[in-house]
Amino acid sequence: MTQAQRRVISGWGRTSPITAEVARPDLDNAVSAIVQNADKIVARGLGRSYGDAAQVGGGLTLDMTGLDRILSFDASTGVVEVEAGVSLDHLIRTLTPQGWFVPVTPGTRYVTVGGAIASDVHGKNHHAVGSFGQHVVELTLVAADGSLITASADHNSDVFWATVGGMGLTGVILRAKVQMRSVETARMLATTQRAANLDDLMADMASIDTDVPYSVAWVDTSARGKRFGRGLISHGDHAKRSDLPTGANPFALGLPESVEVPADLPAITLNRYTVAAFNELWFRKAPRNATPILTSLADFFHPLDMVNKWNRIYGRPGFVQYQFVVPDSGAELIGKSIRAIAATGGTSFLTVLKRFGVGNQSPLSFPIQGWTLALDIPARIDGLEQVLDKLDERVAEAGGRVYLSKDARLRPELVATMYPRLSQWQETRRTLDPQGIFRSDLAVRLDI
Amino acid sequence: MRDGLGAVQRVLLLGGASEIGLATVKELAKSGRLRHVYLAVRSVESGDAAQRELASLYPSLTITPLLFDAADQSTFEPMLNRAFSEGEIDCVISAFGLLGNDVAPLADVAGVNRLLQVNYVAAVITGTQVVQRFQSQGSGTLVVLSSVAAERSRFDNYVYASTKAGVDSWASGLADALKGSGIDVIVVRPGFVHTKMTTGLPVAPLATTPDQVAVVIVEAIKTRKPLVWAPKTVRPLMSTLRHLPRPVFQAVTKKAGNG
Repeated sequence: MTQAQRRVISGWGRTSPITAEVARPDLDNAVSAIVQNADKIVARGLGRSYGDAAQVGGGLTLDMTGLDRILSFDASTGVVEVEAGVSLDHLIRTLTPQGWFVPVTPGTRYVTVGGAIASDVHGKNHHAVGSFGQHVVELTLVAADGSLITASADHNSDVFWATVGGMGLTGVILRAKVQMRSVETARMLATTQRAANLDDLMADMASIDTDVPYSVAWVDTSARGKRFGRGLISHGDHAKRSDLPTGANPFALGLPESVEVPADLPAITLNRYTVAAFNELWFRKAPRNATPILTSLADFFHPLDMVNKWNRIYGRPGFVQYQFVVPDSGAELIGKSIRAIAATGGTSFLTVLKRFGVGNQSPLSFPIQGWTLALDIPARIDGLEQVLDKLDERVAEAGGRVYLSKDARLRPELVATMYPRLSQWQETRRTLDPQGIFRSDLAVRLDI
Repeated sequence: MRDGLGAVQRVLLLGGASEIGLATVKELAKSGRLRHVYLAVRSVESGDAAQRELASLYPSLTITPLLFDAADQSTFEPMLNRAFSEGEIDCVISAFGLLGNDVAPLADVAGVNRLLQVNYVAAVITGTQVVQRFQSQGSGTLVVLSSVAAERSRFDNYVYASTKAGVDSWASGLADALKGSGIDVIVVRPGFVHTKMTTGLPVAPLATTPDQVAVVIVEAIKTRKPLVWAPKTVRPLMSTLRHLPRPVFQAVTKKAGNG
């Protein structure tokens, strides 16, 4: 039995710290025993959920990062079996030199496979390949009674799809088999393209997505007037051998050493002037004429991973990330939400726009076809609560939803509207965990 | 569960008939997230009136009165056990207390004792019992109603002032001890507040209302501020008074007291 320790933990946004009992097993057979003895428990990976999804006060938070072994790899099929605490960073470092990349990666590679499944994470290629759960061949779940359940899209499929995107509330994901994707090189052939305003940006993204597998846009939320919503579209594909200079090592990862934000910066650091200055520089850094260039995987997918603990730039009060998706019919909410946040005097430092392809069978998976926007906002902005509450309602009316893995403040009443298959998911969860031992602070707060 | 922007869902008000306490509950309810409020009251009648008002304003709010007598320590644990047994309590507002202006400080020893028991002993004991429970749940916010009187006592309120100084001192140290743990302790120092407790008393400068104090408290809960003044402007005023030479302070307060 692994000894639990009392530790202060919080989500990446650091808005809801708690002192929690945390156990970190390093053998997978310890997990069943821990679960059997728990009356309130939730698994935690690398703590990249922004709000309170991977913590539970008054219960046991199960730190899964001790279970970080790659169990097997089939080089003929590209299927890797891993313990749930293996990070995407670990997978990339191990398998990309052999010609295999992760099927889907979010903006950070410091997430665990278990977390990637529980959040059903998406990446720049969502419009082409869907979200992470769609590349999971099989998963092994520790159920509430401590027994192991294997599930896949064909076998125990209701358990499988309730666990994909299930926020860790169906059980503890212990192991998973993931279908990696074959790549010829560890480089990207990437283009950064300017768009002068939001209309251009959205029109360009829609047309790019029909033939490019990876795309995302950064939006300059400081720009006003004719330049409102200007931004940069970053798009591309894995480079082929033939794209590389002769003699180059095709699988040189070139993963950079990261630098760390040494301490909390004063909350004033990010204000509308510093952010506007940064945005201006960032926009101008991109060439006027967009041409494809070779870049590293890290530069293309994980630019923020260059700065370790970057969440400290918001200081002790922390920040919220507001990410929502709306169907194409609600596309006007993209511009409206940027304006609404700007009107509070708060500036989103990092604003990311992306088109999603169709969603999957998971009742709680976030992506649906349409537009998704993610805004990072300092928590101490006056009136932020009311602005976000109003946006929630408009998003829900438009048939959209907010991303639970980012959420720190949604009104519980809206969850069922945003996720119409919530009751179906709750039904499956009740069968798996009749006592409701798998709970997180998020589950308590949203009453799901 | 408290959310990332400081809105709370389940609240316990110690002193369920306190006007400042009830105003704070109403202010908290504006977030649209408050679900359940426990009113710890001495008698069901005082609970009833407060309940009716809250219930009419916020029909979806569950209101549970719990019997609590600050002068009877045997009521503390059962009341707290009941409130915490039904789920996490995100915020406890400790707002009970006596002004004691009916107590002759040198003639009425029983009255002095009652003031000490209610304002100081009961506040520290219940506060300790609340924070123990916050530690089990890993988080929580305790709001402690102090007073500007905690800063400097006067010839005409020194028993009351000493109880508030004691509570204030206890809660301030506790807030520091718990800093960064997910448990917040907030000391609130209101100036003169127009309530039924102060009706008929001479009105001090910068007098405020329960609703205005409530706004300050809710802002402090959101921003995790360990010490707030209501209104904010009494802070420099008290700072000045605290540093006045004693004869001057006596002259000023006597004059104000007689006016």
